Amino acid sequence: MANNSPDIKQDIKIALVGSPNCGKSSLFNSLTGSRQKVANYPGVTVERRSGKYTTADGKVITLIDLPGIYSLKDRTLDERVSRQVITGTHVSESQPDLLLCVADSTNLRVHLRLVLELKHLGLPIILALNMHDMAQRDDIRIDPEILSKELGVPVVTTIAVRRGSLDNLKSQLSRTLNDLPPKQESMPAPTTRELQQQARDIAARATLSEGSQHKITRQLDRLLLHPVFGILIFFITLFGMFQLVYFWAAAPMDLIEGGFTLLQGVISDILPDNWFRSLLNDGIIAGVGSVLVFLPQIIILFTFILILESTGYMARAAFIMDRTMAMVGLNGRAFIPLMSSFACAIPGIMATRTIEHHRDRITTIMIAPLMTCSARIPVYALLIGAVVPNKPIIFGLFGLQGMVLFGLYLIGIVSALIVAMVLKMTLTKGVAQPFLMELPKYQLPVFRHLMINLWERVKTFLRRAGTIILYAAIGLWLLAQYPKKPIGGLEPDIFYSYAGIMGRALQHIFAPLGFNWEMSIALIPGMAAREVAIGALGTVYALQGNEGQVEQSLRTIIQSSWSLPTAFAFLAWYIFAPQCLATLATVRRETNSWGWTAFMTGYLFALAYLAALAVNKATIALLA
Amino acid sequence: MTIRYLSDLKKGEEATILGFDPKSCKDIDFARDLEDRLLEIGFEEGLNVKILHEGPISRDPIAVRIGQMTVALRRMEAAAVRIYDGKP
Repeated sequence: MANNSPDIKQDIKIALVGSPNCGKSSLFNSLTGSRQKVANYPGVTVERRSGKYTTADGKVITLIDLPGIYSLKDRTLDERVSRQVITGTHVSESQPDLLLCVADSTNLRVHLRLVLELKHLGLPIILALNMHDMAQRDDIRIDPEILSKELGVPVVTTIAVRRGSLDNLKSQLSRTLNDLPPKQESMPAPTTRELQQQARDIAARATLSEGSQHKITRQLDRLLLHPVFGILIFFITLFGMFQLVYFWAAAPMDLIEGGFTLLQGVISDILPDNWFRSLLNDGIIAGVGSVLVFLPQIIILFTFILILESTGYMARAAFIMDRTMAMVGLNGRAFIPLMSSFACAIPGIMATRTIEHHRDRITTIMIAPLMTCSARIPVYALLIGAVVPNKPIIFGLFGLQGMVLFGLYLIGIVSALIVAMVLKMTLTKGVAQPFLMELPKYQLPVFRHLMINLWERVKTFLRRAGTIILYAAIGLWLLAQYPKKPIGGLEPDIFYSYAGIMGRALQHIFAPLGFNWEMSIALIPGMAAREVAIGALGTVYALQGNEGQVEQSLRTIIQSSWSLPTAFAFLAWYIFAPQCLATLATVRRETNSWGWTAFMTGYLFALAYLAALAVNKATIALLA
Repeated sequence: MTIRYLSDLKKGEEATILGFDPKSCKDIDFARDLEDRLLEIGFEEGLNVKILHEGPISRDPIAVRIGQMTVALRRMEAAAVRIYDGKP
């Protein structure tokens, strides 16, 4: 970072530090509002959240929200980055001038230990006793003055979710900053056990009334963690979430699609029919549009995940699913990212950040694309509609087409579990990781904070997926357009293009699967997003008309010119094939490793090939 | 007195933490850091623990009340926490 030269101090930097579940991020949101930036620390997937805060006397201060930590032990990436920043040993982040420690008032004993550990670093500290309202409600009373004397640092009470409650903190910040004490020599911290003992003694002296455990949390948990009702509620929540992801997203998705079609029409009207118009319409708008159309689903999904996270339910979901996930060597926390991948693997892979252990996180990322995402649905629907008769089965309760679709989902899930198990026994093998985690108190989400975080995640998605898909769309357009059809050529244009040449070369590889050259070619533009393959098939078969008509004619062509083994093999291919450059780019970013990206691409293509081959041969054998 | 561990308790049962015994975990690498982790999250000698909830399959993991908070852990991890019955 450029503004970090050690001799010219440009502005004052405050770091928010605290254990998980202390309400640190809420406090950060309340102090900075929408003036915040989320990026990654270079080389690692630890989020760097920074924002601006203006003091009462007009000083502009940089706040950074460090990841929640229990200690400075370097156990996880989060802890390592936090320790490096706080101790001033981070490569790009300069040492903060002041630490704003946040502690949960209802759990002082535990949170004080970290404060005591941080004190040894010699940086000036302000301690915010957060969730003051909850402590009062539970009859927990702490004397901030005694605590301040015992610790030797200013102590204020805060309710992070209420902006009006931060006056104490704000005036304390102004006071401290006007007379900022210099950093002192750091001292080695005593052992965890000694710190614990000190924390316990100090907490005991400052606590006037012990209170009781959060009543609503206790009562809700009795229901939500119930061995029968808890599970029922969990699955109803998930089911409802997915219903709404598809149901609510339908209208805005149509709108986005219509918008792009309209835009293409306008461009066709004002621009002459040349390469530029084709680049805009067939390349950029078609390619980027094919990914952006999933934005409504992704926004709804993110909203649900954020609500589940901020209410505290996410930890309960992990609790309920832990045992099941443990069977394939994963942790309960892997469940939600995998669930999200049913809408789109990209938010799913981004959500793996909540898995603290690196190897578990990699395993989860590796299997996320096996969850059937929305972009596969158009491909599945087209093929099933063409080759599977819609006859009722099992006493007319289900349709055969629906059962086949369900089967495709199931194959994806089962394969993911098998792959996870194999990975945990080989590449990501290692010591089992403790599940150990606090189940936080239930809280109502704060709308404003929800919106800020939602906007952050959507922006990240657009930046990551949007840029790669733009380049991919242009690249794939070039491949599909050039070179042009020779005069007198009989086949459609794309046949003679680079994509056509590549597709026809690939056809030799795909021949054992029963794929014809049209299918092989369509797979190349289909790398932009899975459902693009449908449009590409339309192009290869030189079909005319709007989308609906193309799909209708495609269905007829598939019925008449694809054999059953070929069509089934194509379906099998789509269960596994990593036909989405945006996902691969996200994997590259999140794992920060070309090796893992290559591994995922390789193993998924290999699985796709083998599965398609097996399906093709099995169908031929069955029909014989 | 027989040595008992947190992992032996059933839902609704209470005990007092006597100490930590990570060696009682089968996996030595796994156990190495376990005592510190347990301390950091809030387990401590002399505190009262109560099993509030059990997971749906094999009654694992468990959720225990300790102090003012609820902590979830697997029985395998709870096997490192030595306890004695009754109030401190």
